[in-house]
Amino acid sequence: MADVFFIGLSLSSILLLVALGLAITYGTMGVINMAHGELVMIGAYVTVLCQTHFGLHFLLCIPVAFVVTGAVGYAIERFVVRRLYGRLLDTLLATWALAIIIQQAIRLEFGAAFAGLHIDGLGPGLQNVPIPSFFRETFLVGDFVVQPYRTFIIVLTIGLFILTWWLIFHTSFGMQLRAVSRNRGIASCCGIDDKRINAWTFAYGSALAGAAGVMLAGFKTVSPSMGTPFVIDGFLVVVMGGVGSLFGTLGSAVILGEVQGWVASLLNDVLARAIVFGVIIVVIIIRPQGLFSRRGR
Amino acid sequence: MRRRDFLKKSGIALGAAGLTTFPHVWVKDYQYAWADDDEIQVGVLYSLTGTTAIVEKQLSKVTEMAIDQINANGGVLGKKVVPIIEDPASDPRTFNEKANKLVVRDRVPSVFGSYTSASRKAALPVFEKRKNLYWYPTFYEGFECSKNVIYTGAVPNQQQENFVPWITKQGYNKFFIVGSNYIYPREMAKVCKILVEREGGSWVADEYLELGHTEWGSMVNKMKTMWEAGECDCVYSNVVGDSIVAFRREFINQGLSYDKFPIFATVCSEIEVQAMGADYAAGSVTSFPYFQSVSNPANEKFVEDVKSTMGGDTVTYHAMECAYFQVFLWAQSVETAGEVDPLSVREASKGQEVDAPEGRVRIEPENLHCWLTPRIGVWGSDGQAEIVDEYAEPLMPLPYSAYGEAPDNLFCTQAGLDSSKLKT
Repeated sequence: MADVFFIGLSLSSILLLVALGLAITYGTMGVINMAHGELVMIGAYVTVLCQTHFGLHFLLCIPVAFVVTGAVGYAIERFVVRRLYGRLLDTLLATWALAIIIQQAIRLEFGAAFAGLHIDGLGPGLQNVPIPSFFRETFLVGDFVVQPYRTFIIVLTIGLFILTWWLIFHTSFGMQLRAVSRNRGIASCCGIDDKRINAWTFAYGSALAGAAGVMLAGFKTVSPSMGTPFVIDGFLVVVMGGVGSLFGTLGSAVILGEVQGWVASLLNDVLARAIVFGVIIVVIIIRPQGLFSRRGR
Repeated sequence: MRRRDFLKKSGIALGAAGLTTFPHVWVKDYQYAWADDDEIQVGVLYSLTGTTAIVEKQLSKVTEMAIDQINANGGVLGKKVVPIIEDPASDPRTFNEKANKLVVRDRVPSVFGSYTSASRKAALPVFEKRKNLYWYPTFYEGFECSKNVIYTGAVPNQQQENFVPWITKQGYNKFFIVGSNYIYPREMAKVCKILVEREGGSWVADEYLELGHTEWGSMVNKMKTMWEAGECDCVYSNVVGDSIVAFRREFINQGLSYDKFPIFATVCSEIEVQAMGADYAAGSVTSFPYFQSVSNPANEKFVEDVKSTMGGDTVTYHAMECAYFQVFLWAQSVETAGEVDPLSVREASKGQEVDAPEGRVRIEPENLHCWLTPRIGVWGSDGQAEIVDEYAEPLMPLPYSAYGEAPDNLFCTQAGLDSSKLKT
């Protein structure tokens, strides 16, 4: 029983890790960022590169990836998204294009492949990230087998969630962000530099994706197209939880993860996936504004 | 001249002109000129871009390598072999278009290509309609009986007839069968179940995960729970692609180990082991007719040639080996036929043998699949398999073994598929 619950919790934490960044960019800024999956992918590649070229410890890759993807996110906001505020469909298309460009940049090793050069860790192939051995050794607590890696992801996700919550509700930056997301015009009339706020918010959302990328690199092979499936899962979580509601995202990630975990254990994985989608459809029909939000989409 | 007469006469004139100028439009089985005076063109149809490009690029290169080696030895029928390389971009529809282009426009008499079954099925109609010949190198699920495809990879009985009895002989007889959710693993599981029951064992689960799915937490937990309860004692894996890596990682991360709870896998060759990291494979077992560690002079030369053309860290594996030796089978069939047109080459290919890196291989005249030697390998921490069991002789290919095909009761023969046998 406990281990099924744990697997569900672990699934939730991965969903939340990916969705948290989206909850920020989509939920509070109203930008549909289709390149979010690619930011996750960049985080994973940062891990690969740091390990192959600098021999950096796996855990130290987290802050590095956080900063690098944050910087990439900042650049995306500065050069693309900023010019498209209020044009939802255009941002969707533009960021999707960016997603393709980022993927190809990794495949072509940022153009080095044209010159016949090869950078270890880039290119179209699959990459591997070994995780430290202490993450692989399970231990017993009573009857329960603790899996260190999954436990670590859960703890990290909770940590990042608390950080995000604190940032949004207990800092002046967060207060300005909430003001901008309610009404940009009035907020900037009150002297808030909305451009600066948006750029940093987008950078922070992207940085969260980077951290998610590091953790996912330990689970699966790293490849240029690895991020694409996550962006869909991420949006599902955010939409079901209610756009703009941080706790909604948390709640819906836990619900979807546990549903998936339990159904997979009692029936099978293929069915679990179908049932998860079924749950989402029902929720969206009954509560179009999402489970935990009072605002409409 | 009246209008009606004019139309009639010009119609006859056009028809006559057409008959003489484009006879192949009118005359069934009209033969093109298949080769120039000094060269023979052949098609090479593997994806150089897209999702399966990582493997298919290597298949394309190894085909070129084989052609170069044939040319260095004087070519075929004294002519140089020239590959026309197309990139179908991992997209079945593009496979069909490019196959059409190769067969109709370039008029090649044979095409080497495809890695996935989906792409083969998409290209197949072109070869059947145009009476051409397609050489397919991948192990696949069987259940196909085309007169226009030469299948050089293993079919389920060649991977499992040796494997399942070997597993039960090691003392494991409660199988947890797991696979990716599409036709190949499902057909493999059917054959496995027949064999397990024949050997007196039982299968306790037959589970699937979506293709490309990488979240294995629940599935591995299920295996673990059943194993701890004594309900199963080994895992029989038909998982393919990226999922393999996630599966093995999860298996180890949940604290399981192969020496107590082994994984016996059908789709896990050197390239997958390289992708997951040798540590995660060490101790698990695979059945394939070819491993890089097969020791004979032909294989040593093959491995060396591959490393010198594709880079020192390239590994060789079953599909790559088949993509290589099938070019030699083709060349030899052309020499036997004395001409290159596809139908003569097909007839000449029946019973044709070459010394492939894995040993002697032969094309079965009845179903155009290959006789291959089943082998079982245990993966070491260096990413290479130690071969622990091998047949003395190649094993006959039976593409319909999941439905009861046996050497004395063939479903697929030169006459085509006997579909009345399928129903029983």
